[in-house]
Amino acid sequence: MLPGRYFWTALVMFGMNAVPAHAETIRVTIDKLVFSPAEINAKVGDTIEWVNQDVLAHTATVRGDWDVTIPAGATAPVDLKKAGSVEYYCRYHPNMKGRIAIAPVSGSSGGGRH
Amino acid sequence: MLARLSAAIAALCLLGGGAFAQGAAKPSDPQIAHIAYNAGVLDVTAAKQAISKSKNKEVLDFAQAMQRDHEAVNKQALDLVKKLNVTPEDNDTSRALSKEAADKQAELAKLNGPAYDKAYLANEVAFHKKVNGALETLLIPSANNAELKGLLQTGLKLFQGHQQHAEHVAAAFK
Repeated sequence: MLPGRYFWTALVMFGMNAVPAHAETIRVTIDKLVFSPAEINAKVGDTIEWVNQDVLAHTATVRGDWDVTIPAGATAPVDLKKAGSVEYYCRYHPNMKGRIAIAPVSGSSGGGRH
Repeated sequence: MLARLSAAIAALCLLGGGAFAQGAAKPSDPQIAHIAYNAGVLDVTAAKQAISKSKNKEVLDFAQAMQRDHEAVNKQALDLVKKLNVTPEDNDTSRALSKEAADKQAELAKLNGPAYDKAYLANEVAFHKKVNGALETLLIPSANNAELKGLLQTGLKLFQGHQQHAEHVAAAFK
């Protein structure tokens, strides 16, 4: 009985500690001038990785903030350093748009800039 | 006879309302391939003129993007017509488009500095708008082959993106 209780307690504690600290890499594919998925939910510390399957160069640009060039057939990452909702677009093809909702991590101020 | 009549009507329409006049005869797939490819070539020619004439960084970036994109997409188009065993066929619409572009090039060649930049960007907005209209109302609906239609639909998104890009850069010259 006791070993079982310790097991569950340990499992719950492990789960509580592990989840917030675990940074993920979220992939956004670019195909035929479309970001997919166009809207994603992420958290501070995660990385967005754009995978460009087009023969055209694209960018993921946030006005007044980051600007990432993703060459044709290449992959480019951005580390998310602050919480908030950001809209991004491609500078070369402004009809390509995406949105990232970035949640703060508990214990993090979320004030860092990219 | 019917073909000649259609060609005559198309030619009249071309005289009256630019390369993509409404009511022009429905183009065949080889003609559509030629028109779409030619539109890309003409914009690359315009971009090369801009790269040799302009001193403005935004204009140069835009022109380089036009050259890069249209060359890449036209390579895809050539690969597709080869795969489909389609030989692009020159036609009145393509010829009218080429003539309009050549006239514009000659006009732009006389300008310099900000006057050139402004006129080049205004023409890029107008050119992409015209091709977008043709893709939407004539070329995509007329295309028979599904792969050709698919490439034209991607081409439409690309041209719409270029039109917006040109409008953004042009806004700085107002």
